[in-house]
Amino acid sequence: MDLGALFGSLDNFLSFTMGGLVFGAIYALIALGYTMVYGVLQLINFAHSEVFMYGTFAVAWTFIFLHGTESVTWSLGQALPILLVALVAAMVLSAAIALLLERVAYRPLINKGAPKLIALISAIGASFALAEAMGLRDRFASWVGLEDDLESYVAPDKARDVYSNPVTIDPEGLFDVGGYTVTDVDLVIVVAALLMMVALDQFVRRTRFGRGIRAVAQDPESAALMGVNSTRVVQLTFLIGGLMAGAAATLYMMKIGSTRQNAGFLLGVKAFTAAVMGGIGNLRGALVGGLVLGVMENWGAAVFGSEWRDVVAFVLLVLILLVRPSGILGESLGKARA
Amino acid sequence: MAGLSNVGRRWDSVVERYNAQPVIVKVLAITVLAVFVYALPLLRPPILTTNSIDFGGVMFRVVAFALVALGLNIVIGYAGLLDLGYVGFYAVGAYTTAVLTVEHGSWPFFLVLPISIAVTMLSGVLLGAPTLRVRGDYLAIVTLGFGEIIRISLNNIEWLGAAAGIKNIPHPTGIGAKPEPPFEAGGLFEVPRLVWDGFVPSVDNDHKSAFLAFGSRDAIPYYWLILTVLILVLIGDRLIKASRVGRAWEATREDEDAAELMGVPTFKYKLMAFALGAAIGGLSGSFYASSQSGYINPLSFPLLLSMLFVAAVIVGGSGNRWGAMAGGALVAYLPERFRDFADYRLLFFGMALTLLAVWRPEGLLPPRRARRAKQAEAEIEALEEGELDEGELERAHDV
Repeated sequence: MDLGALFGSLDNFLSFTMGGLVFGAIYALIALGYTMVYGVLQLINFAHSEVFMYGTFAVAWTFIFLHGTESVTWSLGQALPILLVALVAAMVLSAAIALLLERVAYRPLINKGAPKLIALISAIGASFALAEAMGLRDRFASWVGLEDDLESYVAPDKARDVYSNPVTIDPEGLFDVGGYTVTDVDLVIVVAALLMMVALDQFVRRTRFGRGIRAVAQDPESAALMGVNSTRVVQLTFLIGGLMAGAAATLYMMKIGSTRQNAGFLLGVKAFTAAVMGGIGNLRGALVGGLVLGVMENWGAAVFGSEWRDVVAFVLLVLILLVRPSGILGESLGKARA
Repeated sequence: MAGLSNVGRRWDSVVERYNAQPVIVKVLAITVLAVFVYALPLLRPPILTTNSIDFGGVMFRVVAFALVALGLNIVIGYAGLLDLGYVGFYAVGAYTTAVLTVEHGSWPFFLVLPISIAVTMLSGVLLGAPTLRVRGDYLAIVTLGFGEIIRISLNNIEWLGAAAGIKNIPHPTGIGAKPEPPFEAGGLFEVPRLVWDGFVPSVDNDHKSAFLAFGSRDAIPYYWLILTVLILVLIGDRLIKASRVGRAWEATREDEDAAELMGVPTFKYKLMAFALGAAIGGLSGSFYASSQSGYINPLSFPLLLSMLFVAAVIVGGSGNRWGAMAGGALVAYLPERFRDFADYRLLFFGMALTLLAVWRPEGLLPPRRARRAKQAEAEIEALEEGELDEGELERAHDV
């Protein structure tokens, strides 16, 4: 334990805090998917991590498709056009996976009124199947005889390994906060995440669709009696969660630059932790939870050593739940007033 | 998927027919079944037997997992608490045993066993006491976190062997000489096994399994040991389910507030279920640590395993001990049997899990309660529809 590493100087402290905020923003975006589905259905969408993981692959594939496999290092400005295309691709793929998930793994169970635990099992199964399908994509390609044409996409015999974006984005320092140089990549991540959160929050609070979501979250039966099509609302919820996960995947790839077929799992667990910490079902809670988790994790890693990073996250979760059993901001997707 | 629903229905009719038999037939049936299960790794029936990997070792894992599923069934099935970090307790049991028998002590296994159960139970209480007050879904994520904390801590703490794990964990003390490789005699007596040429069996006198002696060559004595433990736990499980405690769990699971109003101290009983489940997980972990290979490391306890256990209990039929055990056994058995499809097995497993959940949400072998509840619901519905009058209903009950 080394408290000095964190609190020894203001520079260090600020530097760890800023680094944590950047990661926290990504956690928060993924956490939205968990929190939306939980708010509407009271189900833990365990497979949401895979929705995110497919998004990261979509980003890498877009870069390979538009740029090629040659490894280069670009500045953010150079990569921006492809990055925007990649953002769209990731959002589309993630949303498609999320909708597929809703159709295959959830809707039959919701229609039957099955217990929540079974929906969780169904989601765990779907999560395995999706992650494995990505890890076996080289086999699928070879079944249809396309492994040569798609070589750089399916990575034959290496489909389970780390899969990198050929374009490495070199972050450019903009200004210093304490000892931390805020780069353009960091700034884009935090600002983009905040913008999307605000947009979503307003969407749920102010639009007709948002009112439907809140109505179903509050009381599905009364909502149905008032003419809300709950199947559509659930679909919309999954769609939004998928879109946000796709955006998070793009930001993640900007920062990290590589992914793999099991990349979703730990991030998913962390994002879910963030959602619970902020108060699951509460959109603003997801933001707060994500940022708190990111920062505390970074602080913990500084004090206890980076191998304890994940432990810090979970211990923090337990502590927060003990003090505030419904999360920092409480649960309230249904109770949010326009 | 009519076939799947048939499994449950056929099981129903088997259970009913069994219940209708006189006691002597029941005892006989159980004895025959027990002898068959004990002899399974010696019989090595074709099709069932794994080819590329030692069948005795696989069967040991099958029973160890069935035991874990039985413990988790108390937590999930009886008390209705979703525990996603159950493998943490399995790990605590295994590491307590390893630490006391080889790493920082050299106590005999059977002395360590009760200590390791007590330690796991204590860890269950320590985790449960603060977290059981939070609501169900949060409990899931807190336990998930606990499982990860245990695994990462094991990986980081030098004192516990860190990533390298703990080697040379001594085997349980046996009776008679210890069988040493290659193929020396040991134990009280030795039992030969069968070999199959196609479907023609013959006795293999070169490979004998020692009775009550535990070496590094043969997994079958371990299988017998843990199977005996499983049967003992099963009897205990049956007794406790039928007791006041079991009823309190059921009441808590169905409606916590109502149970509390009726004077059931729900927190106490939830904690008890948690501690008991933890203890059984730890018990299984202890046997796992001191099994044939005598080696554990943090990789033996991934989070994935917790998910598999939960899946086993729920797919098997949450609340039904036989269903849960069958689920646990399948989780251990299927990947070993289908090693040839190693690359695809998790994919199939995931798809099968989703399909099962969607097509048979109550699990393969749902507990009797669920079926009885269903029947009652159907009756009420029929009454409401006016299809059945009261008299007819009573006559239906008499049958």
